[in-house]
Amino acid sequence: MLQDLTDAEKMALAQCRHAVLGDGQPLRLDCGVDLGPYRVAYQTYGTLNADKSNAILVCHPLSCDQFVAERHPVTGKEGWWESLVGPGKVLDPARYFIICVNVLGHCMGTTGPLAREPATGQPWNLRFPVVTIGDMVRAQAALLDHLGIPDLFCIIGGSMGGMQVLEWAATYPKRVFSAVPIACAAHHSAQNIAFHEVGRQAIMADPEWKGGDYRLHQTVPARGLAVARMTAHITYLSEQALQRKFGRALQDRNALGFGFDADFQVESYLRHQGSTFVDRFDANSYLYITRAMDYFDLAGAHGGVLANAFRGSATRFCLMSFTSDWLFPTRESREIVHALNAAAANVSFVEVASDKGHDAFLLDEPEMFRTLSGFLKGAAAVRGLKEVP
Amino acid sequence: MNNSIRVDLQLIADMVKPDTRALDVGCGDGALLAYLTNFKRVDARGMELSQAGVNACVASGLSVIQGDADADLRAYPDDAFDYVILGQTLQATREPREVLRQMLRVGKRAIVSFPNFAHWQVRLRMVFGGRMPQTTSLPYKWYDTPNIHLCSIDDFRALCRDMGVRIERAIVLNSKSRPIRMPPPLANLFGEQAVFMLRRD
Repeated sequence: MLQDLTDAEKMALAQCRHAVLGDGQPLRLDCGVDLGPYRVAYQTYGTLNADKSNAILVCHPLSCDQFVAERHPVTGKEGWWESLVGPGKVLDPARYFIICVNVLGHCMGTTGPLAREPATGQPWNLRFPVVTIGDMVRAQAALLDHLGIPDLFCIIGGSMGGMQVLEWAATYPKRVFSAVPIACAAHHSAQNIAFHEVGRQAIMADPEWKGGDYRLHQTVPARGLAVARMTAHITYLSEQALQRKFGRALQDRNALGFGFDADFQVESYLRHQGSTFVDRFDANSYLYITRAMDYFDLAGAHGGVLANAFRGSATRFCLMSFTSDWLFPTRESREIVHALNAAAANVSFVEVASDKGHDAFLLDEPEMFRTLSGFLKGAAAVRGLKEVP
Repeated sequence: MNNSIRVDLQLIADMVKPDTRALDVGCGDGALLAYLTNFKRVDARGMELSQAGVNACVASGLSVIQGDADADLRAYPDDAFDYVILGQTLQATREPREVLRQMLRVGKRAIVSFPNFAHWQVRLRMVFGGRMPQTTSLPYKWYDTPNIHLCSIDDFRALCRDMGVRIERAIVLNSKSRPIRMPPPLANLFGEQAVFMLRRD
C-alpha cells in the first residue's frame, strides 16, 4: 500500500504520522462501496492528557492539509493555520492535543484516487469511489478509535473543514464536546456547485488528463488544474480585497501590451496561484474533493429538516462568518444557528467584520481569535480542563 | 467575577430561580447572563442585535447569538426555556405584542422591563413643555430614538389582560431606581420603569 507514492506523498508521509485502517472492517462509503484497507495520514501537536479530555480535531479545507502549524514538506511554506495553532496561540499544544487528518480522497498521504485498488493492484484514478463529507468524518472517527481517543474537547474547521465539523456534531454528538464551524454552510449552494463544476470541466478538458489515467501516460493535467484553482481562488476573495490589492495595476509594464500576456497584476497573481497549486495538488483528487463538498446537504440527510441533525445534542457550538464572504455568506451560517436554536442546542454566533472575503478565516483576524479564545475558555471551564501552568 | 449589576438587572436576576434555563433577548454586553451563569448556575443564553455586544459576550465565554427579538425568537421550540427575558427592549421592537407572544411560547415565563411613558416627568414635558420628552430612561431625541412602541405601565397591564397573560409579579421603580409600592394609578405616575414577570394563563 505504501508503494507507488507520488513524490509529494513521500515527503508528506515522512513528516507526519499515518495509520492503515479498515483491514478487518472496511469503511462502508455512502456510495455503497466498502473501502479497505485504507491509509490515513495525520499530524498531531501537543500531548494527550491522562484522562484524554484535551483532544482537538482541526478539519482542513479543500486546498489545505494536515500540516496545520509547521513548514509544509512540499511547498516549504508555513502552516496554513499557524496564526491559530502553536505555542502561545489560541490553540496551544502545551494545553491541547491537536490532531489534523488528511481527508479521504485527498492527496497528502491519505487514500484517494492516487492509491492502488487492493483487489486489482491497479491505480484507482477515476475508478476510486466517490467519497462524501460523511465518509471523511467516519474515517477520522476510525482513526480516533485507533488512537484510543473516546471524544473530542473541540472540533474546529473552516469552509469544507466547517462542513466536517457539522457532520461530526450530527453523526457523533456524544464524541463532540464543543464544535466550531467557521465560514461554512449546511449544504453547498447552486452557485458553489457551479464554480466547482467550472473547475472540474477545466481539468477534464485538459488533453493531458487522459480520462483520469494521466499517471499511466506520465502526463500532468497542469493547465486544467491551474484554471480550476484560478476560478476557485476568485471565489475566496472579496471584490473589495481584489480591488484594493490589484485595482487595474499593470504587471511589469507601463502600458497595455495589446496582447494576451498577463498585462494586469491580477492576471499575473491568478496565474501564479494556479501554477503553484499544481505542485501540491492532484487533479483527480480535486475532482473528488470538490464533489464531496457539492454532495454535502446535512438537512437532506435528516428528512429535510436541519434541526433534526442536532436534536438532543449537548454539544456547545460556536459559529463564525465573515461579512464579505460571498462563497459562504452569513445567512447560511444563520440558517444553521436557527436550526440549532430549534433543537434547543447551546450555540453562539459571531459575524466578523472583514473585507477579505472567504479567505478571512485563514488570515490574521483578531476578532475571530478573540471569539474562539473566549468560547474555548468557557467550554474548558465547563469541561474542567486545567489552564496551562 | 463581578457580583454587582445594574439595579433593574438585579431585580430580574432575583426573579430567576437557580439551576434553570434562561434566554436573555437583547443581552447587551452580557452582564445579566454572566451573573445568572456564575451566581445562580443558570443555563443562560443570549441574543443581541449589536455585533459588538455579541462579540464581547462570546469572547468572555457566554453563549450568545446575533439576532433580534422580532425575527429570531420564531426559531426556538415551545417551552425551550424556563425564562425568556427582555430588558428595556420591548419598546424598540416592531411588533411588541407578537414578541411577547413568542416569549411566552418559547419560555414558561417571561420577564419584561420597560420605561414608563406615563411617568410624571414625561407628562410634564409633554403637557407644559410641548416637546417630546427626554428623561434619564428615555434619553433620545424624537428623530434618533430606537423606541418606536413606547407604553405606560397601565398600557402594558391592559395588553396582558387582552392577551390573557397572567402577571405573576410587577415591580415599579422610581427615578432613583428604587422599588415603590403604590396602587396602580399612582405607580403609573411615579414609576419611571417597571419589571414584570408573566406566564401563560
